[in-house]
Amino acid sequence: MGALSIRQVKKTYQGNVNILKGIDIEVEAGEFLILVGPSGCGKSTLLSMIAGLDTPTSGQIHIADRDVTYAPSKDRDIAMVFQSYALYPNMNVKQNIAFGLEMRKVPKGEREEIVARVAKMLQLEHLLDRKPGQLSGGQRQRVAMGRALARDPKLFLFDEPLSNLDAKLRVEMRAEIKLLHQRTKTTTVYVTHDQVEAMTLGDRIAVMKEGQVQQLGTPEDIYARPATRFVAEFIGSPAMNMIEAQRTADGQSVHAANASGIDLPLTETQRNALPKGHVELTYGLRPEDVSLADNGLPGVLTIIEPTGPETYATVDTGVGKLTIRIPGALRRSVGETVHLQWDAQKAHLFDAGTEMRLA
Amino acid sequence: MSSTQPRSFTFQRLLLWTVLALFAVYFLTPLYVMLSTSLKDMDQVRGGNLLALPHGLNFEAWAKAWGTACTGIECNGLKPFFMNSLMMVLPAVAVSTAIGAVNGYVLAKWTFRGSETMFAFLLFGVFMPLQVVLLPMSQVLGWMGLASSIWGLMLVHIVCGIPSTTLFFRNYYVGLPQELVKAAMLDGASFWQIFFRIVLPLSTPILVVTLIWQFTNVWNDFLFGVVFSGADSKPITVGLNNLANTSSTVKEYNVDMAAALIAALPTLFVYVVAGKYFVRGLTAGAVKG
Repeated sequence: MGALSIRQVKKTYQGNVNILKGIDIEVEAGEFLILVGPSGCGKSTLLSMIAGLDTPTSGQIHIADRDVTYAPSKDRDIAMVFQSYALYPNMNVKQNIAFGLEMRKVPKGEREEIVARVAKMLQLEHLLDRKPGQLSGGQRQRVAMGRALARDPKLFLFDEPLSNLDAKLRVEMRAEIKLLHQRTKTTTVYVTHDQVEAMTLGDRIAVMKEGQVQQLGTPEDIYARPATRFVAEFIGSPAMNMIEAQRTADGQSVHAANASGIDLPLTETQRNALPKGHVELTYGLRPEDVSLADNGLPGVLTIIEPTGPETYATVDTGVGKLTIRIPGALRRSVGETVHLQWDAQKAHLFDAGTEMRLA
Repeated sequence: MSSTQPRSFTFQRLLLWTVLALFAVYFLTPLYVMLSTSLKDMDQVRGGNLLALPHGLNFEAWAKAWGTACTGIECNGLKPFFMNSLMMVLPAVAVSTAIGAVNGYVLAKWTFRGSETMFAFLLFGVFMPLQVVLLPMSQVLGWMGLASSIWGLMLVHIVCGIPSTTLFFRNYYVGLPQELVKAAMLDGASFWQIFFRIVLPLSTPILVVTLIWQFTNVWNDFLFGVVFSGADSKPITVGLNNLANTSSTVKEYNVDMAAALIAALPTLFVYVVAGKYFVRGLTAGAVKG
């Protein structure tokens, strides 16, 4: 059945600090699962528990249908890549890769074979005799992956492996990790706080906040139908525009809360999805779903940020500052009045109180 | 500051070097006096010129201090004391360092409930004046049947060395990334495998610091040596004291000086051999992976 199954895992420190408040995640064999969230959301604690470096206060963790909740790390058949790589400074690359095999009493000949294979896969052959101190960041990263790969584990764990690399290398290594996973098809759990990494690498993403999974779904799912306001704001850059609004008891459309009289359009489906009566809600619009038009919501251009392929612009409107994202360059200047339009279908509606998605 | 102004640069440098040279002379003078006096014969010593060079290289005083000088009623020189010290110091240093390393490893990398409190109590042992333990310690040694033996003295030095060795290793290991231990655990290494295969190979600087520290302390100890040793297990410091205090008709300063130098040679040797590691170990930060 499942390669990894996390059931009702809770972690409490000192009786009242709840790090994890009941996590349920099922991971299929071969799947690449991302745990993403801001720091302090419990994602690294959860990974530590999967790795056996920490134990939950309650709940169970199963790997390949075996309860390993309290099993020591070495009996879990997992391998982990750490943020700091944690290469053994006193051993060369070859010894680093082979150490786990040696500890598991793999015969020497077989060890050599595996090291050679892994080194070839990761293009480390010419570095085998070097010490970690003599390697660049990207090379260390590859050795750390090699060490994990050599063991051919049931489960790969990555703990923010790219956060110590510079931007260019990060993109390269991200592609390499993806390629590696496509080749080995090893079940992977990958922790990151970077939403771009989450979107590009994951088969499924678990967005976490304050010890809870806010949403668990495919990248498309999470982007197109964020389950909560938090997910909507966390995933996507620039972040989704959020407009505080209310729907009056009689209304056909939503009135923006902070600019009386401005109507924010709703579709038939959205209207039906809203509860009866007066509703306080948050009206979310992704920057790419808003476009410049000849008429519509008027506003003043306050910031223009060209990135090359597209341009971000901030427009001060009656409902607040809205960020828009348009392809190519923007031939306008700051201070000009523009008009914004969007398709009501693209709007995301959240309950202002519970922050849950309404439609 | 001075490097941008070449003219004041030379003057300041000159001043600096002069002051340094003066200090060096000041600190080296006693050593010079000891060395030169030890190479003089008694006639020249009686001549009274403390700073004069010896007439020639005369090692008689050294030979006497080593083999025939009287320490109380026996006249076998420092040799038996030197041997006692050697026999006691080497195991005492090795064992206290080994225990300190394991303690430090546990207190830094395998913290458990109460480990910080335990460490705080251990620190107590570093700062406690050792005179306080003399009486209880002799009682304990008596119970154990180790009183007045070299084994008892060794045990005292091991026990009293553990707080500082633990402190050294613990503080050094705190600087080693915890992820190294986690990675090794995931790789399937056991408590001892992690210690011997990963932690210990990274410990050279602190190992050398601790070895030097312990060697110097135990070798130079006088208090425990004079209190806990028996007639035939007195260490070199006690021997030196007895030698210098045993006076017949003449006070043989040349022999005293030679004896003092003999007593100081091993620590000097250790510093010369391992000194560069000592400085490196004291300044070395965390090991960068």
